[in-house]
Amino acid sequence: MAAILPREKWAEIHTVHILVRREIRDTLRDWRIVTPIVILTLFFPALMSFIANLALDWVARYGAPIIGERIIPFLLMVVGFFPISFSLVIALETFVGEKERNSLEPLLATPLTDTQLYLGKMLAAMAPPLLAAYLGFGVYLGGLYFFEGWTPELELLVLMVLLTTAEGLVMVSASVVLSSQATSVRAANLLASFVIVPMALLLQGEALIMFYANYGALWWILLFLVVVDIVLVRMGVHLFNREELLGREIDELNLGAIWRTFKAHFVWKRWFFGRDVAQGPAWLKFLGTLCGLYLRELPTILRRSWLAFVLVGLSIAGAVLVGYDMASRYPLPTEALRLEEVSPAMFTALPKLGWLPRFTPWGIFSNNVRALVLAWLLAIFSFGTLAVALLMAPLAVVFFFAAQAARLGYDPALFLTAFVLPHGLFELPAAIIATALAVRLGAAFMSPPRGMTVGENWLRALAEFLKAFLALTLPLLALAAVVEVYVTPLIVVKAFGHW
Amino acid sequence: MIELTDLTKKFDDFTAVSRVTLSVAAGEILALLGPNGAGKTTTVRMVGAILRPTEGRAIVAGYDVATHPREVRRRVGFLTEHPGLYLRMRGREYLEFFGGLMGLEPQETERRAAALLDKLDMREAWDRRMGTYSKGMRQKMALVRALLHDPPVLLLDEPTSAMDPHSARLVREAIFRLRDNRRAIILCTHNLSEAEMLADRIAIIRRGRIVTCGTPAELKRRLLGPPVMELRLACSVDGVLGLVSNMVKVDEYGDQWLRYTTTDPQNTNPPLLQILASHRIPVLTLSEVPRSLEEVYLRVIEEA
Repeated sequence: MAAILPREKWAEIHTVHILVRREIRDTLRDWRIVTPIVILTLFFPALMSFIANLALDWVARYGAPIIGERIIPFLLMVVGFFPISFSLVIALETFVGEKERNSLEPLLATPLTDTQLYLGKMLAAMAPPLLAAYLGFGVYLGGLYFFEGWTPELELLVLMVLLTTAEGLVMVSASVVLSSQATSVRAANLLASFVIVPMALLLQGEALIMFYANYGALWWILLFLVVVDIVLVRMGVHLFNREELLGREIDELNLGAIWRTFKAHFVWKRWFFGRDVAQGPAWLKFLGTLCGLYLRELPTILRRSWLAFVLVGLSIAGAVLVGYDMASRYPLPTEALRLEEVSPAMFTALPKLGWLPRFTPWGIFSNNVRALVLAWLLAIFSFGTLAVALLMAPLAVVFFFAAQAARLGYDPALFLTAFVLPHGLFELPAAIIATALAVRLGAAFMSPPRGMTVGENWLRALAEFLKAFLALTLPLLALAAVVEVYVTPLIVVKAFGHW
Repeated sequence: MIELTDLTKKFDDFTAVSRVTLSVAAGEILALLGPNGAGKTTTVRMVGAILRPTEGRAIVAGYDVATHPREVRRRVGFLTEHPGLYLRMRGREYLEFFGGLMGLEPQETERRAAALLDKLDMREAWDRRMGTYSKGMRQKMALVRALLHDPPVLLLDEPTSAMDPHSARLVREAIFRLRDNRRAIILCTHNLSEAEMLADRIAIIRRGRIVTCGTPAELKRRLLGPPVMELRLACSVDGVLGLVSNMVKVDEYGDQWLRYTTTDPQNTNPPLLQILASHRIPVLTLSEVPRSLEEVYLRVIEEA
């Protein structure tokens, strides 16, 4: 083993082990934690097993054995979930409780790295509830086997173990994130609803899926949980550091400081090809501000957001694939897409479809702005993912129709050139820029750059989003709306329709 | 051993410590005094590589706290303001745990812990749960934790708070021994008499800035003026005032005593005593009027 890892690494792992051992020992000395875990590990699974036996017999009597068959896996999931719900309590206690009892600082004064501390505490918070959950599975399944001779499918068993583990990790890693923002267990418990409510909803969703025995969907949920785990662990590693833990001693919301930090991002840096514009006339200062913004600041912001642009690019590629896939799965009848019949009158009649905006520059402009503002708001609460989804949806529809057009014998390149390209030249960059910066804003919580707090990073991302939105997206959208109303119909009719 | 240069720490737009420049040599105790919230704890946290300085430099035991924080933490013993013990643990388990984190072998931890606990009269509490300890015992256990890995640098935040006089004396003796063993010690305290008793030098910090620093005697001289001497006689001062006034400026006097200020007691007092003796004036005592560090502290804080 020593050959696999160098001696120093083993020493570091050993240090984490020392930390985990102490934390677990401390947890197991707290009767308030141990008693419920024992009950949920031994008594509750045995009770569930007994209830499952009764249910099986009862539903079989009325000729509905399928209900019984579906109840057993559902109860298996419940048996696993209840003990791991304690991981949230333990994690909040071990992270914030230690801060509150002032026992964290002596630990921070040791040579432990932030990551070692984080790992040690996370493993210690997860291990007892997870072991209890696995033991609960054993008791429950043992009871079912003993009384009914029932054994689970291997896929179900693996799925339950993995789902329970992933859920436990979500709760612990989320509680670390919450703990880093709280200075007392009380405050952390209040914030814990941000974990409990989504987990309860997820459990209800899983329960529904289990009654349909759609294990494929459960694998997707597992994948989703793994992604959430990765995001939360990444956030936790960033947030669980000595600076954050000791620097955040007051919960007070300092609106003045927040406003000052935010405002500092709007100090315009004038630049005009090396000229000293500060001493020049007003028009030159204005020109300097514009040049500084468009030639210096905005390119820097866009460069800084390169990863978000890559993500948006990948999602556009995904939208293309989804559009084509849908088109091949759900082909439209020939009469549904008769491009020869397109006429100027059709464009003016579009608003009669309730879900489309008025076909005027203002109608289209305001609709697009609304959509991007909505994407921005959703991005904040979804780590940026929903902003990407909002961009993907209309693009998938466009490529769905392009694929349908191709299937019906039209030239898809001509279709896209006529229907999308004229205004898309402006609208698409506007949407991509806004979405990428919304993604960055949503993801700003995850990994603040070194020397910056989460709040500072988020305020910077918000300021940069607003700058790009006001200076780039809005003008481009306005231009796109004018082109869409006055130019695109002409090109479409010229390419396909009749006057 | 400890070299701080323009050390600054900002939390958002609040500057907790501003351009602190200090040094503490091996075998020296520096007391850091200041009102609550003055920046003492933030300063020692930076010295202990728990917080990263925003600006400036801190070299501790040869390592920069910003670039080698782990090396610094290995060489620093930090007694935190609150003992912060795990109350469900026994003293032995607790010290084994911290010894392990510091990279000590269990036998080594036990040997060192036993020696330290003996010195602090705590050996009998070794196997008891720390929840049963008194406040003073908890403080002593925290001190043992800080000393366990035999660090060359010690940061002691209120080391004798909550202790009974006997325990406080044991701790002070331990601190003296550590100084004699060439440890560099920073002591944060509100106990001014303790600071005067223990510290070689005193730095007073206010609003994150060091407002003054020096030995207790230097600070007194600098802030309260030259030493005031008190002469006590076995007779009336009436016939003596004229004699003494020729040599020093008498500030005040009573029936059988007088006080004068001198910037150079070593050269003023012996000739004065010689003259009094030659005139057969019975002198009871000649001593410096004690001036407390509290006066210095309050003067500094008020002026700052």
